[in-house]
Amino acid sequence: MALDNSRDAFVQFNRVQKSYDGETLVVKDLNLDIPKGEFLTMLGPSGSGKTTCLMMLAGFETATHGDIMLDGVSINNIPPHKRGIGMVFQNYALFPHMTIAENLSFPLEVRKMGKSEREEKVKRALDMVEMGAFGGRRPAQLSGGQQQRVALARALVFEPELVLMDEPLGALDKQLREKMQFEITDLAHRLGITVVYVTHDQTEALTMSDRVAVFNDGRIQQIAPPDALYEEPENSFVAQFIGENNTLEGVVKEISNGRALVQLDSGDLIDCKPINVSEPGQRTRVSIRPERVEFHKDRLSPDAHLLKATVKEFIYMGDIFRTRLSVAGNDDFIIKSRNAPDQVRLQPGQEIEIGWLADDCRALDA
Amino acid sequence: MTDQTAGQDMIAADGMPLKKSLAKSLQREKMRALMLIAPLLIFVLITFIFPIGSMLFRSVENSIVQDTLPKTVVALQDWDELSGELPDEAVFTAFVEDFIIAVENKEHTRIGSRLNYEVSGMSSLFRKSARKVKKWDPVQDAPFRDKLIDVDKDWGDPATWSIIKTHSVKYTNGYFLNAIDMQRTAEGAQAQPEDKQILIKLFIRTVKMSLIITGMCILLGYPVAWILANLPNRSANMLMILVLLPFWTSLLVRTSAWKVMLQNQGVINDTLVWLGLVSNDARLEIINNQFGTITAMTHILLPFMILPMYSVMQTIPPSYLRAAKSLGATNWTAFWRVYFPQSIPGIGAGSILVFILAIGYYITPEIVGGTDGVFISNRIAYHISSSLNWGLAAALGAILLAVVLVLYWAYDKIVGIDNVKLG
Repeated sequence: MALDNSRDAFVQFNRVQKSYDGETLVVKDLNLDIPKGEFLTMLGPSGSGKTTCLMMLAGFETATHGDIMLDGVSINNIPPHKRGIGMVFQNYALFPHMTIAENLSFPLEVRKMGKSEREEKVKRALDMVEMGAFGGRRPAQLSGGQQQRVALARALVFEPELVLMDEPLGALDKQLREKMQFEITDLAHRLGITVVYVTHDQTEALTMSDRVAVFNDGRIQQIAPPDALYEEPENSFVAQFIGENNTLEGVVKEISNGRALVQLDSGDLIDCKPINVSEPGQRTRVSIRPERVEFHKDRLSPDAHLLKATVKEFIYMGDIFRTRLSVAGNDDFIIKSRNAPDQVRLQPGQEIEIGWLADDCRALDA
Repeated sequence: MTDQTAGQDMIAADGMPLKKSLAKSLQREKMRALMLIAPLLIFVLITFIFPIGSMLFRSVENSIVQDTLPKTVVALQDWDELSGELPDEAVFTAFVEDFIIAVENKEHTRIGSRLNYEVSGMSSLFRKSARKVKKWDPVQDAPFRDKLIDVDKDWGDPATWSIIKTHSVKYTNGYFLNAIDMQRTAEGAQAQPEDKQILIKLFIRTVKMSLIITGMCILLGYPVAWILANLPNRSANMLMILVLLPFWTSLLVRTSAWKVMLQNQGVINDTLVWLGLVSNDARLEIINNQFGTITAMTHILLPFMILPMYSVMQTIPPSYLRAAKSLGATNWTAFWRVYFPQSIPGIGAGSILVFILAIGYYITPEIVGGTDGVFISNRIAYHISSSLNWGLAAALGAILLAVVLVLYWAYDKIVGIDNVKLG
């Protein structure tokens, strides 16, 4: 999915590797192009190398191999304070001995800006995050959400074109986090800045980003817009990591016309869309989203392969029903159905038949 | 639950007023807590507060003259010590009566030494007189005036009697006057003769050198603490052992080691001579002076500076420095504007610790200080163990305590004591 024309890339990772101990690579051969104005999220479990990438971009870690380019210039040897990249830290890193206004004024002071200009920019930045009345306070006197806004304003006050954010919402409660997610994306698009955002929260990644790069084991597993990432995962790690997912394991029987016939380990046959299987005999892990599973008899296509299932548990979740089934030897097969007036509430112990559209069922690597 | 109207006292379940009930239950808890700390409290009282209190009391207590020579003191009240004349016969008679009893009780040497603090010669005068006077009879042998002057002509000197009268008060400021190079005389407080004025100089030197030592500790300790706080745990522990190593060695051994290092024929001088930097007949004088004291004490007190600094620095997240750099600050600006202000509580704690320890230091200046590198505490020790002038020692100690408290107060005003953090 990387852009073909590297001249369009504002930030570019070019075959970047990073090792801390000289024995293992934390980042393995990373190639990534980020066009100007994009909101890109690096998503992955802890230890996947996403924060290391961010730190290399910010200049706090040096790449062991490869080039990092910013606006067409290699920044490998440029120290962090000359890169002009704004950064929001996980714990905000607001200087506790300075007031909010002094915190915001700091990057302008080190740029030798005049006093009146400084004051004006600080005021504008604080107003932008609706914190104009708090300039005289100390960080410790603010709530977590307010500190978050100030940290954002401080990263933006010197008008960088690129802003990095390292799990900035991790310390906030759920409601505030959702509010801030919206505010950050809104601000980023309004200012037209490029944002590289690191998180391990997939909901955050999906709701905020233009594109998401899923990291695992030092590599980008898939980089795609949120909808493509969710609906068309390219490998089983991404399928597992993004959203809820049911997996069934089996062997490919035949592939034809963009369809793969898979024989599950239980002996059942199902139709799938082959993603990274290419020939019969390969082992595969089949992935299907819980909300794409159909169990209403009248809605099941008669010529599709159906599977027998036993209802294990029915969980009422308000807007949806979450039902756990035992399917083809998998006791954790989840289906989700909308809470509608005509919806069926399955009873534990009930025997049903389930099926799905072959396009929704993706045969991935084992 | 009963219905309560506003203004009425709340009633607890058992009918007692709620406030009383609460106070009662809290009191039980407080008592229990007090019981837990009681052993420590008693220990501190007995071994710390009481001895210090009694020591401080000695700096003004002066009942010995009144207790030993009660009649003389009363008789002397009518005598005008500024007249330049000897007191009359009544005083001499009273003195002999008192003195005979004192000699019987063997108290004459004690009062002799007490008055000897003020004017030397008093001790031998009392001793000499005792041998004669103890054979006299207070009734038959009167009058005593000429007899006493025969025993020693000093009794014919009004100054002798003036000393007794001046120092006959029960509580005296004499020791404190002595401690600041003054003396209590018949004409009031006066400066000591110039050759006896050394204590003020010693106080000033003690404070000045303690400040220098504190400053040196800050300069040397800050980078070490910074490295300790920023190294990975394993290497930090190794370095920490090196910092703590001096703690596990006897103070005396460390100070003696400095003696070996610094003396004229010592390691440093030998090395410098060997390297040809210093000629053999012009070896550096780096011991038995202020340089020796400052060097050795800086080394000995350094851990007390490093440890509080380290524990404060450890709490400063590295992300602050990173944030400062990402905002465009150079390494130096990031350190000076962001890191340093946050490490000040550690510097404050370390400085207070080192300064207070230094100002009362005794062993090291004693061993490597020579004459111009000694502290006031060495003088205190001298008065405690050699001259036995405990009153003066107590007065010096009290002044030292006051100086520390004043500096502590000043620190609180300037920096704020709640800014001091030990971790």
